[in-house]
Amino acid sequence: MQILRRMIARLAATAVTLVGVAVIVFVVIRVVPGNPIAMMLPPGATDADIQRLQELYGLDKSIPEQFLIWAGGVLQGDFGTSISLRQPVSELVLGRLPATLELSVMALAIAVVLGGGMALTATLYRGTRVEGAIDVTGGMALSVPDFLWGLVLILLFGVLWPLFHISGRISPSLGFEFQSNFYLWESFVRLRFDVWTDIVAHMFMPALALAIPLAAIISQLLKQSLKETMHLDYVTLARTKGYSETSIITREALPNAILPTLTLVGVQFTFLIGGTVIVERLFSYEGLGNMAIDAVINRDLPLIQGIVILFALIFTVVNLVVDMTYAALNPRLRHA
Amino acid sequence: MSFLSIQDLTVRLRGKAPILRRVSIDVAAGEVRALVGESGAGKSMIGKSVLGTLPQALGITGGRIILDGEDLEQLSPRARRQRIGAKVALIPQDPLTALNPSRRVGPQITNRLVDILGWSRKAAEARALELLAEVHIPDPARVMRAYPHELSGGMRQRILIASAFAAEPKLIIADEPTTALDVTVQKQILRLIAEMQQRHGTALLFVTHDLGVVSKVCQTMSVLYSGMVVEDTNVREFFASPGHPYSAALLAATPKYTDPDGSLTPVPETVIRAVEEEVAAFDREMEGAA
Ligand SMILES: Nc1ncnc2c1ncn2[C@@H]1O[C@H](COP(=O)(O)OP(=O)(O)OP(=O)(O)O)[C@@H](O)[C@H]1O
Ligand SMILES: [Mg+2]
Repeated sequence: MQILRRMIARLAATAVTLVGVAVIVFVVIRVVPGNPIAMMLPPGATDADIQRLQELYGLDKSIPEQFLIWAGGVLQGDFGTSISLRQPVSELVLGRLPATLELSVMALAIAVVLGGGMALTATLYRGTRVEGAIDVTGGMALSVPDFLWGLVLILLFGVLWPLFHISGRISPSLGFEFQSNFYLWESFVRLRFDVWTDIVAHMFMPALALAIPLAAIISQLLKQSLKETMHLDYVTLARTKGYSETSIITREALPNAILPTLTLVGVQFTFLIGGTVIVERLFSYEGLGNMAIDAVINRDLPLIQGIVILFALIFTVVNLVVDMTYAALNPRLRHA
Repeated sequence: MSFLSIQDLTVRLRGKAPILRRVSIDVAAGEVRALVGESGAGKSMIGKSVLGTLPQALGITGGRIILDGEDLEQLSPRARRQRIGAKVALIPQDPLTALNPSRRVGPQITNRLVDILGWSRKAAEARALELLAEVHIPDPARVMRAYPHELSGGMRQRILIASAFAAEPKLIIADEPTTALDVTVQKQILRLIAEMQQRHGTALLFVTHDLGVVSKVCQTMSVLYSGMVVEDTNVREFFASPGHPYSAALLAATPKYTDPDGSLTPVPETVIRAVEEEVAAFDREMEGAA
């Protein structure tokens, strides 16, 4: 009952957030200089041409009027039409969403495995050189942003030692017909591992670039939290029962130490999704972020709005999921 | 032959300052030995040396710990852990922090039986239920499914006692098992430990500040000052005529049960100075020998 009420409160808050984001973005992209119509017309178009197209896209009306028209459409599921691509925004955006989701989730998985592994190893070898080496590595990983890691990876594994693809999402030569845009998922469930491997080889570097800073954060936070937990009485008691150091860490300490890390990982994951904008561009990966940059360059107002709303929605959903996981993992909250 | 024989155990802080000074303590099978001394004397460190849970900064630099005829320091870390897990158990000081908050009570009692001693889950659960009833917990089946935060401190200490006895260890180390509890609960828990010890015939190394408790529960005792055993005696003799001036002063500084509000004599300066001198002389001797 409690949980249900909390969920409803959260959903209401989410709705308010989304409206707020919509208003702000709507106003800001109309106030900054740059005319979408002028961008799309060839040089030498007459003022009359511009005027006609402005009317067509409703850009001649006042901002509040435009907003009401747009919001009315949104309520019916119509996010308008992209000015530069001349297709419905919802179609464009939903078509690109799977690519970005797959990339983000892959990056998150890499970050959790890398960061978690580093934290556990450092805890197992605490006070030794191994811990020192992991601390230094983590510090380095954190002091370089994701897109620079992208460049480093391109140099290493794209140029010097070409193990992975440096651009795109899939090799066009494969000629595989997808039924959805979840390429990674679909090729896996249809057991086409040749296609799957090709997709992973495309995704791996951008995902790793996004994952490295998050892995470092997870590693440092989880290690700190494990370190504190390892001194607690119930851990000591388990030690006297005859458990090995490894099982003490993974069975007794980890389930409790993971909670504070989890909250922060949620926040950091939203940053990671934000990071896809530049990283997708860098690797010419056909996701939402890449599309967002084109939309901004072209001053494609409806498309920008659609993408921003979708990003905002993703962020709030991620936070909601983190909260619920936290409650599920923490028995004190579950029974409260 | 004693079940536990600590011989000349020396523990140092980062290989330098001694924390335990050639401590020798024997506990025979079924014996209840008190370990008394003021705060910081090193009582807990003796228990931790045996259990293998010394803080990282501390290390054993001399002496032997013989458990059931085996020198623990000669064993591999893995074998040492398993011997301790099978033969020794700890009743911790603070029941509020000694149970894992994210696990149900049942698995915390049965885990040693299942994971370390290889019992079947079913047998371990039956055993846990039996022990919870033995420590007077009403509705043991419900408590097995509860999380620690749903239970009172007294209940949790009963659970930890049940858990300590679950594998029928030969020796239990109880490190001030009642100090963290309500005064009203303290007596019950103390009585319970004594009762369980008698029923199971387990040897008990009982760490405490409280000489009143010693007189009721223990047969033999070691008095510790600054990491040094100043007296090793049996309890009746200690209360009749303490053999060391520090012991005598400690006894005088303890409220009598017959007269709990009576005026107390703090340990006199001269006694402290004398025992400090003894410790210093001991250290010089140790340095000379090294
Ligand atoms: N982690 C540690 N690092 C360094 N020294 C420590 C550490 N823990 C304890 N000591 C030192 O070891 C000595 C013995 O401590 P111990 O905990 O055994 O005392 P105690 O007799 O159990 O006292 P109390 O009655 O307060 O529990 C103390 O002087 C203390 O300062
Ligand atoms: Mg102590």
